[in-house]
Amino acid sequence: MATTQQDINAWIKNTIDGNDVVLFMKGRKNMAQCGFSQRIDAVLQHLGINYKDVNVLEDASIRDGIKAYTNWPTIPQLYVKGEFIGGCDIVMEMFQSGELHKLIHEKGVPHTNHGTHA
Amino acid sequence: MPMEGSEIERLIKAKFPDATIQLVDTAGDKDHWQAHVVTAAFKGKSRVAQHQMVYEALGGRMGGVLHALALTTAVPSD
Repeated sequence: MATTQQDINAWIKNTIDGNDVVLFMKGRKNMAQCGFSQRIDAVLQHLGINYKDVNVLEDASIRDGIKAYTNWPTIPQLYVKGEFIGGCDIVMEMFQSGELHKLIHEKGVPHTNHGTHA
Repeated sequence: MPMEGSEIERLIKAKFPDATIQLVDTAGDKDHWQAHVVTAAFKGKSRVAQHQMVYEALGGRMGGVLHALALTTAVPSD
């Protein structure tokens, strides 16, 4: 997988740009190994979003690389259409207020269910 | 590794003297904090930027010695 910092950043960029929704998490979709990752996984499943999951526990260089890439110190990290949305706090706040649902509409992200309406 | 609430408050206040900070030790182990930070310095900043400002004030402890910090931020209502 990734080796130098440049490779890591390039791999991260391709992953973020190459998928509508990407979640850098501890564990995998439906098998989160951390409460915070599990919460975002549940929100994305609720909205029926088919997202790309990246298990940072499988590669320490990605785990550290993503924190440097976005200047964000923790995992999970959610990206929509190449843009960093936030960690668990922000995503949960946005979900409860309906902002997340509005965002995925504005960005044209396919989803099969509607969250709280803004 | 736990962190004292007073230490979290001191670090944030050092960076944002006008800040009001509500801290809750959610698990009672000084390792899972919940914080609500309000300061005029957040004005016009995105939520992500506001949180990054708090993490910066905590001087790299976030994700390290400070294991979990459930953070919400707001701008003071004038």
